[in-house]
Amino acid sequence: MSRLEPRKILLPLVAPVVAVIVAFIVTSLVLLAVGDPVLEVWQVIFQPPLPRQTVNIINAATVFYLSAVAVAIGFKMNLFNIGVDGQYRVASFAAAVFAGQAWLPGVLNILVAILVAMVFGGLWAGIAGWLKVKRGVSEVISTIMLNAIATAVVAWLLSKARDPASEGTNVVRTRELPESSRLEGLAIVPGATNTVYTLIFLAALVGVTYWFVLNKTRFGFDLRATGKSETAAVASGVDVKKMTLTAMILSGAAAGLVGMPLLFGQDFSYGTTFQAGLGFAGIAIALLGRNHPVGIAFAALLWAFLDGQSNALQIQANVSKELVFIIQGVILFAVVIAYELVRRAEARMEQNRVARQLEERHAATAEQGVSA
Amino acid sequence: MRQTMKYASVFAVAALALTACGSDSADSTDTGTADGTETSTAEEASDVRVGMAYDVGGRGDQSFNDAAAAGLDQAAAEFGIETQEATATDGEPESAREERLQQLIDAGYTSIVAVGFAYAPSIAVVAPQNPDVHFALIDSTDYEGENVANLVFAEEEGSFLVGAAAALKTRTDNVGFIGGVQTPLIEKFEAGYIAGAQEINPDIEIQRTYLTQPPDFSGFGDPAKGKTAAEGMYQSGADVIYHAAGGSGGGVFTAASEANTMAIGVDSDQAKTAAPEVQDVIITSMIKKVDVAVYEFLKAEVEGNFQAGPQVFDLAGGGVDYSTTGGKVDDIKDQLDELKQQIIDGEITVPSTPES
Repeated sequence: MSRLEPRKILLPLVAPVVAVIVAFIVTSLVLLAVGDPVLEVWQVIFQPPLPRQTVNIINAATVFYLSAVAVAIGFKMNLFNIGVDGQYRVASFAAAVFAGQAWLPGVLNILVAILVAMVFGGLWAGIAGWLKVKRGVSEVISTIMLNAIATAVVAWLLSKARDPASEGTNVVRTRELPESSRLEGLAIVPGATNTVYTLIFLAALVGVTYWFVLNKTRFGFDLRATGKSETAAVASGVDVKKMTLTAMILSGAAAGLVGMPLLFGQDFSYGTTFQAGLGFAGIAIALLGRNHPVGIAFAALLWAFLDGQSNALQIQANVSKELVFIIQGVILFAVVIAYELVRRAEARMEQNRVARQLEERHAATAEQGVSA
Repeated sequence: MRQTMKYASVFAVAALALTACGSDSADSTDTGTADGTETSTAEEASDVRVGMAYDVGGRGDQSFNDAAAAGLDQAAAEFGIETQEATATDGEPESAREERLQQLIDAGYTSIVAVGFAYAPSIAVVAPQNPDVHFALIDSTDYEGENVANLVFAEEEGSFLVGAAAALKTRTDNVGFIGGVQTPLIEKFEAGYIAGAQEINPDIEIQRTYLTQPPDFSGFGDPAKGKTAAEGMYQSGADVIYHAAGGSGGGVFTAASEANTMAIGVDSDQAKTAAPEVQDVIITSMIKKVDVAVYEFLKAEVEGNFQAGPQVFDLAGGGVDYSTTGGKVDDIKDQLDELKQQIIDGEITVPSTPES
């Protein structure tokens, strides 16, 4: 098992590459079918992004990454957390209200606000976790419902916590962060007028923590074990209920972080223009990235890159922006199918290998028997 | 675990597929525009190049965006200007809006029309960076600049007139107002409507509600919500309801049709544009001429008369009005026109925020 075989490294890479190629072909066929200019579309999509577009892609990917990790934590435990969307909005609102009060100076304000977001995200997801453990309610149902409840509750609270300075404008938002708690961003892309979110470090930290906890701790092992086989986990002494609740809360806490780069790096308040729907993008990206911290990073970048094409497609190629959804959908489909095929191929190869070894050993013992 | 992942994949793909279904209007549009650009090279083709940035829904929404598109089409046909359009995606990041405006500018479009107040923050970023480009921002004065024209409407004045019409037409002295999403913009409709109804009958009972609160903007596109709210009001004794709820208004009309009562439309002359089976219940509509505003802006661009700052399209300028299609308000037309004249002359000042 531990031997490094080239096959073991290459096989997982085959699936995503095949998926992208399939998506390329299918999309071209769709374009042909509706009579859109195929060549022009790919030229537009594959032109190198301008510096400011690169920044936008990195920023969008940062937020996607956090969302996808939150979903992936659930997946590892065999939980389907569709509620990341509601969790990050509740958490972002709570953090924005807290940080807007400016009770704490500068960076301290940011750090505590991030903690507030994690607590609220965790609590909101914890409701679904508690319902599952105590009442056996499927987390799929409860998290979807909690999304709707989150929308209503936050809307109502927002009207109560509205910044008086935004009265009379069309934007309803919380009190803005004090200047000292705003993150200027990092000017790491040469030639760009905009900056990369400072909290990209937060995303990186979350990714590393996710990898470390899952693969290097007892807790992570228990979590993965429970996800793979509940009965086996119970047999080895894992408290499944406690594990479920913990995983759900952790997933929610990570979801709470999704809005943080936006809050501290761009919007400086929570309001009607705060980006919505990130939780759903996270599901797709977690699937694409196979719940792997590095895989998710690439998937998030790909997703952000494709999302960024919607304007260029409309303006430069006169093609509907919905084409982006088609490409994303086909990639997702193809990747899931390709992974399944690769998994089966792997299993077959493993079987063959084991069978061969057994045969060899059998032959060897037989020989021994003859010589004796 | 694999089981969950399978469900998750199906869910994720379905989500994408549904998103794509939701707004398939842009496809036909874009080809339409491309054709329009080619055919509209009239003799006196102008060198003005117009970039339109629509809000979510875009051309084909039978409402706000469509009205803006109509103004663009008229100007394009008349002045032979080159146009390009791009539409917002639901749930996109703020940077995508900025990017849309900037890409239009990069592609050589120097007159940019931003449809909807959601573009205000993006224009605040992009306009200062492109001082040679002229912007029109519809429905918002949240950002003002030297190269930005704010095209806003006196919705409260038009709403005042339909409020008066409701008070004159009601037999139960009980009328209703349904707002789509409770934003300051929609509160202007509410304020004018109440003032107009009370002008006719100070003791009139006015029921009012909003379908959703921001940031939930579904109240502008959910006929089921509109129908439920309207049914409640009709059952509580109202017999005329004015909606300022965009696409949810269809549900209001259905409820009016089923209860055999009256309704008032918004933005366009809905006795013409609504579904044929409910057109009969629409006694009048508060018309908001977004098309005129866009057309006037483009005309000024062609003539080189760009004007920065807020431009209010009000009753006096014909930017808002009430409609008479169907002849349901012919009997009270004189009274309405008198009120209209009083507003134009400044004898009546219409409030733009409702008292709570």
